[in-house]
Amino acid sequence: MTQILMPALSPTMEEGNLAKWLVKVGDKIEPGQVIAEIETDKATMEVEAVDEGTVTALLIEEGAQGVKVNTPIAELSGEGEAPAPKQEAKTAPAQPPMREEPVKPRPEPTQVSTPTPQADPDIPAGTQMIKITVRDALRDAMAEEMRADDRVFLMGEEVAEYQGAYKVSRGLLEEFGPRRVVDTPITEHGFAGLGVGAAMGGLKPIVEFMTWNFAMQAIDHIINSAAKTLYMSGGQIKSSIVFRGPNGAASRVAAQHSQDYSSWYSHVPGLIVIAPYDAADAKGLLKAAIRNPNPVVFLEHEMLYGTEFDIPDVPDWIVPIGKAKIRRVGADVTITAHSRMVGLALKAAEQLAEQGIDAEVIDLRTLRPLDTDTIIESVKKTNRIVTVEEGWAQSGVGAEIAARVVADAFDYLDAPPTRVHQVDAPLAYAANLEGLALPNADKIIDAVKAVTYR
Amino acid sequence: MAKANGKHTAETTKDELLQYYRDMLLIRRFEERAGQLYGMGLIGGFCHLYIGQEAVVVGMQAALKDGDQVITAYRDHGHMLAAGMTANGVMAELTGRSGGYSKGKGGSMHMFSIEKAFYGGHGIVGAQVSLGAGLAFANKYRDDGKVCLTYFGDGAANQGQVYESFNMAALWKLPVVFVIENNQYAMGTSIQRSTSETHLHKRGISFNIPGEEVDGMDVVAVREAGKRAVENARAGNGPTLLEMKTYRYRGHSMSDPAKYRTKEEVDEQKTKHDPIERVKKMLIDAGHSDEAALKEIDRDIRAVVTESAEFAQSSPEPDPSELMTDIYIEA
Repeated sequence: MTQILMPALSPTMEEGNLAKWLVKVGDKIEPGQVIAEIETDKATMEVEAVDEGTVTALLIEEGAQGVKVNTPIAELSGEGEAPAPKQEAKTAPAQPPMREEPVKPRPEPTQVSTPTPQADPDIPAGTQMIKITVRDALRDAMAEEMRADDRVFLMGEEVAEYQGAYKVSRGLLEEFGPRRVVDTPITEHGFAGLGVGAAMGGLKPIVEFMTWNFAMQAIDHIINSAAKTLYMSGGQIKSSIVFRGPNGAASRVAAQHSQDYSSWYSHVPGLIVIAPYDAADAKGLLKAAIRNPNPVVFLEHEMLYGTEFDIPDVPDWIVPIGKAKIRRVGADVTITAHSRMVGLALKAAEQLAEQGIDAEVIDLRTLRPLDTDTIIESVKKTNRIVTVEEGWAQSGVGAEIAARVVADAFDYLDAPPTRVHQVDAPLAYAANLEGLALPNADKIIDAVKAVTYR
Repeated sequence: MAKANGKHTAETTKDELLQYYRDMLLIRRFEERAGQLYGMGLIGGFCHLYIGQEAVVVGMQAALKDGDQVITAYRDHGHMLAAGMTANGVMAELTGRSGGYSKGKGGSMHMFSIEKAFYGGHGIVGAQVSLGAGLAFANKYRDDGKVCLTYFGDGAANQGQVYESFNMAALWKLPVVFVIENNQYAMGTSIQRSTSETHLHKRGISFNIPGEEVDGMDVVAVREAGKRAVENARAGNGPTLLEMKTYRYRGHSMSDPAKYRTKEEVDEQKTKHDPIERVKKMLIDAGHSDEAALKEIDRDIRAVVTESAEFAQSSPEPDPSELMTDIYIEA
């Protein structure tokens, strides 16, 4: 004998009305045959038989109201029918484990499951330093990784024949040819998805966005396809892919071309987010990003492309992901920054030193996973923190750092964490308004004076 | 034998027909059982059944070689079974158990099997088309001779990224076959209400992608069109667009009463165009089988499906430690 149960016809249905029986006792029924109509609060739905057999009883009368889901409504008998699956005792799903754990003083982000980062490699004594622009450091990183691994290729708008919209890919087409340096149509959504598909297929794409502003057309693939699929596939489908390009405000290009996406991408588990400042980090972190088996968002800055920095002249220069760098050691206040803001923070620190305030400047370098330990250790020493970012304040990188500092070093703070950021408006075109909107050294100095009560 | 598009007659052996019959019936019985488990509250969230469309995946799979990839959207149970994934693993994913293909972390719409070259199972309408073009890009990059079969529906055919992908696939002659499963309704919106050109096989014309309309209720016609398109892609000639005219008997998802179409329309499809009945008739008319033998096949399949339903309930829920795994791969 097989029981037919009152079905749930939506994710939220708990009961319904048995509007009509379309079979009677003694009827032979086939799989797929409509046997009843059920009314829910939303609609009237048909119920189809799964098993074949003869109806031996109708347990619920036509017209019955409020029949609970899983109540037996009819019985079938028949030879050879597959029995209805035995229903387990209706176990409630296990409680989410977080609820059972005692409240931890440390918030969620510490659960980020990436390996413990290593310190920067030691630079051997006597290593020569060479001057190189950030632009060429990025190019060299790609070229070295492409030489080492045939699975690595570069695709994007104008990356090949035009040599890069910002000349970052200069010379790569000549060395690697059109198979590995691929000019795409202007089609960000499509080529970002195509890149993720190629990564799922085992390649290691570098997808260049002419700017991250255009990647908003592609963000679905960065997040839904690249960042989430490893989890949704139970660890089967990997996306080793780097999305890179200039992020944030260039100069006088107005709101649609000037947004800082640091906080957007650093919100998302499954992504690694990197935003380097100088050439050594640009090269060492991009090489690490290309080798990393996870999807990486690599945020560059157009205003830094032409800036020259010293870089150690060693083969295979790699900088570890997930490790901040203390750019300036100080005792009175901690300043955090990433990307172009690091330069402003260092400039502010020099001026503050002249006024007797000794600032420690931390270059975050990686935004996800964020190196909380380095920040907390610094704050325990300085008792004050000013965060600097080019983007807006709300739900920003500074907001996240402030929350972590308050959670982990509350007793050490002598002043509220303070944020320096872009004003809460789209970025203006006019030179004076643009200058008013963005962070600068003076704004950082003002913030530091506020937290040091000077 | 069956005609493919009226163009030519295809030879189909008894063994092939019996295999198609089994494969399609497995999908149908599996989906009926999934619907029942959903009704019992054992499957949560969204559940999109494939009943009525079985000939499309079974016919297309018959056109593939081992190693060729398949990718589709969220009405994906049939594609997985056709690709050779186990009923147990699929059903256990539907119930959110550790024995499921994604360890219970993906659900109905998000399952994968690298072993069977099945790349999902994607929940965002149209996204799988760009991803499928990317899998084909990787095939061409490695020059490994594989073809990627990329399925999408008549609803996805109006997504912009589909055409972005068509353009690149044709421009770079990627080994991909685009299969539109035109079941005539994008959730509750009929193709006539959503689409300016309803002959979707013409949608590739402006990209120089050849298109073909196929009777998606005829497994042999599907296979023949599939073979032509797959071999064309494998030969380096780029994509083909196959429009499978098909029909889903059930609503868009379990909670859809499907009031946007008439009962007569659904009954017409079920009684006159059913893909399984068609093969059954071919088998009996050709003297390859009889009612009793086919009933025996049905019995075997129902045993497989019943076992999967039991496995899907007895397999434990994922361990709480799985909450924080599979987010990153250790570098």
